[in-house]
Amino acid sequence: MRDVIEGRVWVLGRDVDTDQIISGKWLTVIDPEELKKHVFEIALPEFAANARPGDIVVADENFGSGSSREHAPQALKAIGVGAILADSFARIMYRNAINLGLPAIEARGVRALFEKGDPARVEMRAGKITNVRTGRSIPFPPIPHHLLDLLEAGGLVETVRKRLIAEGKAAPA
Amino acid sequence: MTEGNGHGLTLAEKILARSAGLDHVVPGQIIEGDVDLAMMHEQGAQTVAPFAQMGATKVWDPDRVVIAIDHWVPASTEGAAVLHRILRKFAAEKGLPHFYDVGQHGICHQILAENGWVVPGDLAVGTDSHTNMLGAMGAVAAGIGPTEMAAVLALGKIWLKVPPTIEVRVRGRLGPGVTAKDLVLRILGEVKTTGATYKSVEYTGATIASLSMPERFTICNMTTEMGAKCGMVAPDQKTYDYLEKIAKHPMHPLQADRDARYERAIEVDVDGMPPMVACPYSPDNVRPLPEVAREHVRIDQAFLGSCTNARIEDIREGAALMKGEKVHAGVRFIVSPASTEIYKQCLEEGLIELFTDAGAVFTNSSCSACFGGNMGILAPDETCASSSNRNFPGRMGAKEAKIYLMSPAAVVATAIRGEITDPREMQ
Ligand code: SF4
Repeated sequence: MRDVIEGRVWVLGRDVDTDQIISGKWLTVIDPEELKKHVFEIALPEFAANARPGDIVVADENFGSGSSREHAPQALKAIGVGAILADSFARIMYRNAINLGLPAIEARGVRALFEKGDPARVEMRAGKITNVRTGRSIPFPPIPHHLLDLLEAGGLVETVRKRLIAEGKAAPA
Repeated sequence: MTEGNGHGLTLAEKILARSAGLDHVVPGQIIEGDVDLAMMHEQGAQTVAPFAQMGATKVWDPDRVVIAIDHWVPASTEGAAVLHRILRKFAAEKGLPHFYDVGQHGICHQILAENGWVVPGDLAVGTDSHTNMLGAMGAVAAGIGPTEMAAVLALGKIWLKVPPTIEVRVRGRLGPGVTAKDLVLRILGEVKTTGATYKSVEYTGATIASLSMPERFTICNMTTEMGAKCGMVAPDQKTYDYLEKIAKHPMHPLQADRDARYERAIEVDVDGMPPMVACPYSPDNVRPLPEVAREHVRIDQAFLGSCTNARIEDIREGAALMKGEKVHAGVRFIVSPASTEIYKQCLEEGLIELFTDAGAVFTNSSCSACFGGNMGILAPDETCASSSNRNFPGRMGAKEAKIYLMSPAAVVATAIRGEITDPREMQ
């Protein structure tokens, strides 16, 4: 995890649920490279073809509500999204993103801070999000250590791997 | 004094403290809990790769892992067939005996419920968001993603933030033709889809105590639509009776302390409450059904199914209205029991024949039309009356299609008349 994440933003409204991120008809697809072609098909149809690695997704309240499908953050990660910023997240979406090592940051008022295409800067430890075009910024509450550690390690897979090695239950690679 | 000492614990706090081997926990605290039961459905196929990448070789306790395939049964696409195959292979390799494959299948939550896999006091997790339903056993039951499930399979543990608890206290008596589904829709109309995000919801009060276990399943099931981490009913004699012959593990029943600290209490009085309906495109867009019925909302499809409302009690209730009637011309009516056990009961009781004679399609048990990826898919300008739990854009197919959520009785009344109908008019 980088301490400062910069990228161009895409903006979404509130209550973008998992069906609008990856619709039910793609649930049998498990290859992230294939999934990324269908991301936001309902919520933001121009996204999949035009997103660039490092782009940042900004949403209003309740991002990722609905199902537990990990397809949603996986597709966003595969397309190269650098961070998801939202006024608030649905809980499984939040966990899934962090477990995949994809920074998910909850910051009240973040949606109103940006317009489509604005450059954003996120300072993870300082807890600050800035719209580089307007110069305006907002704070966000500190991310708990446990989660920062997870992001730092690159996600849950790496974290558990280290733990299993330490406990002698897995062989070092 | 803010949090910490001297105040009692809510039911979720009690259960999470127990799972972490602690005497006391406070909301916001991150704990690592021992998992009592882990459930996977098709999404579990995505658990296999991270499990291997973690370097894990053994599943922590095969007797506490249940696999139930339900979304595409039998496999309706090649992709689904591959998911099933991955799971079968994983179960064989890792020695996971509790696999409910095609033939023993059912909706994963119903499989857990009717086989006694979750018992009072448990911390249960599943790869499906409606795992919340099992909170009706007096347990913390939460949905998680597949990577997280891989960690659970490897360690038998999960990190959780202790949620604050909202108490929903219900009193009054549900009138004839008014069901637990109407009650939970009413609650959703108040709490809204984000009202319980990250939180635990504890359903209390005389009305909840009077509900049967299947009715409690319906209520806890739709806690998911409130954004909650878990929703639960404290265990009582009904819980113990339900589980008496089927519990797979010893129970460790817990109750909230008398002086438990709730973040918020919501009082609901159901006396005189009419049937309710959630209108497009959100489960919290709830209105009294008689009001919507006056607008003569015509439907193209009706669906009596899903983990919310496809138990034998629901199907019997629907059958009582269907008897001697016909499905309205131009309406497709799909009935899908929640498990193979329920399917067999329907067969024995003549309900499959009853619905088929009336012009309905009675399918094998699965998630069926609930999620728009298997069968019963809606075209853009179509409308569906459904006993399921979600009506977001695109949930059952086309994003423009409209879904109205209601009780099984209301679905059947609506299928008969061809427009949204108050089931009390049919009795
Ligand atoms: S019936 Fe519907 S809500 Fe329930 S598990 Fe299946 S798809 Fe999910």
